[in-house]
Amino acid sequence: MSVKLRLSSAGAVPEPRTLASANRSLSVPREPAPSAARVRFWALGSTLLKVFGLAVFAFLLFGPLANLALWSFAERWYAPFKLPVSYGTRYWEVVFRPTGDAMSSLVTSVSIACLTVLVALAVSVPAGYALARLKLPWRTALMILFLLPQAFPSVAIYINVARVFYSIGLTGTITGVVLVHAAHGLVYSVWIAAAAFAAVDRDLELAARNIGASPLRTFFTVTLPLAAPGIMASAIFVFLESLDEFTGTFFVGVPQVTTLPLLLYNSSMGGNYQIASITALILLVPSILFMIIIERFLKAEVLSKVGQ
Amino acid sequence: MIGALFLYPLGYSLAAAFTEPGSGLTLMHFRKAYELYSTDILFTLFIVITSTLLTGLFAIIIAGILTLGETPWLVGALRQLYRWPLFIPFIVAAQCMRTFLAKNGLMNNSLVALGVMEPLQATSFLDWRGIIITFVWKQVPFVTLMLAGAMASIDRATIEAGRNLGASRLRVLIEIVLPQVSQTLLVGLVLSFVTMLSVLSVPMMVAGSQPTMLTVDMAFRINSYGDYATANALGVISYLIAGTVAWIYLRHNVKREVQA
Repeated sequence: MSVKLRLSSAGAVPEPRTLASANRSLSVPREPAPSAARVRFWALGSTLLKVFGLAVFAFLLFGPLANLALWSFAERWYAPFKLPVSYGTRYWEVVFRPTGDAMSSLVTSVSIACLTVLVALAVSVPAGYALARLKLPWRTALMILFLLPQAFPSVAIYINVARVFYSIGLTGTITGVVLVHAAHGLVYSVWIAAAAFAAVDRDLELAARNIGASPLRTFFTVTLPLAAPGIMASAIFVFLESLDEFTGTFFVGVPQVTTLPLLLYNSSMGGNYQIASITALILLVPSILFMIIIERFLKAEVLSKVGQ
Repeated sequence: MIGALFLYPLGYSLAAAFTEPGSGLTLMHFRKAYELYSTDILFTLFIVITSTLLTGLFAIIIAGILTLGETPWLVGALRQLYRWPLFIPFIVAAQCMRTFLAKNGLMNNSLVALGVMEPLQATSFLDWRGIIITFVWKQVPFVTLMLAGAMASIDRATIEAGRNLGASRLRVLIEIVLPQVSQTLLVGLVLSFVTMLSVLSVPMMVAGSQPTMLTVDMAFRINSYGDYATANALGVISYLIAGTVAWIYLRHNVKREVQA
């Protein structure tokens, strides 16, 4: 494609032009051609503009994160100084001390998240399959029902969940927190699972049935493996939702269950920015890991079916 | 499970909002909620609507560049960059912004160091602007991911046809691409809207002062006074806001199905 098109060699334009501008002039009525210097000027200008735009975008994107990282290593940092006065890892040692609050809340957070994924998958795999394949009379209503916990401002719900749980002794227990997180994560898991099942080619199932596989066997050997990437994606969503959940734990988990977000909140409001920043960085690790691998699981054709 | 964990508490909250022990049905709690928090209701609406619109705008721009961009390095870089805040928890975003947007935060310091701004002009963004910035920062990748996915799966031929007929990329985006992905965009924005309406940590950590968002008022009502009635009345108001948005979405959906 590196051929310089010399369409204009008939004499209208003396300068050889780039492919892009020649192409464009094919489709639109001919204008007097700009001189080469001017073309180069505009190309340079637009490149500069793009670089500048990208730089601003990157700054807005990573600036807050950079500030977080700075805080986690800052031993002393006060007003007139633009950068921390002295650096050190003292606070990292405080956080990672085996007896520290952070380690125990990390363990609590991760175990709650794993349990939540199990509960959510147990509901979302059958529900997603039913919503995608079976002809349910109330399909839309059911989809909406799973959306509801997400579609209603959760604070008001959690207040009352906490009140109900209190009367049956579930506040401050892991079970209570897992239940709240699972109800909250179901919308992602059910909707994504339904989209994943809907994206599986129906003919493959029919072919399996045709050569004599039972419906159950077809499901486990054909449908489920094909939908697995989508199901994995939904599990990841639920895991992250649970790990990052703050509001529900804030009302239901207190005072015994301290997850990482609660620890972060308490130290940030207490003015201890170093501990808060380090906790935030710990919470970032799984988020960024999943962000990198998510595209592998969440394919465009699944995404385009979400919510339909 | 949804019934036990959601419908029952919902009924409970409605009951608490509309009744008074000993005197039956009453709207008293709403009057009290309105008197105390009418500013906050408007404030919440303003914040959430502005953030949703900005989120939609940025998501369209980024997804549009990703789909129609003709500068490979720009598209590649943007594709790598935009997703970063996607899974960053709200509470971490709030902590980031709490330091980044502060009067002595990295943003003001960088602007001063670049000579764009005088040190004396530096102001703290930790108020309504901070909340909006945090929300948009956090929600744009989510909507963009959905939107770019939908745009990638539409028929490229329609785009090529538009380009061949001489339409500019902006026009192709607005007149050809967007109508085909409007469903996905709407789902993304509705989810974002309600998410922002129910986030507690961001308004609590980013903007401490009055006015604040309804979520903070509810938590305050419970933790400081144990006043479930007023808190639930505020809750019902936020249900109404969310319900309006859900209704718009449903109506759009029904209209689409009638057309199909």
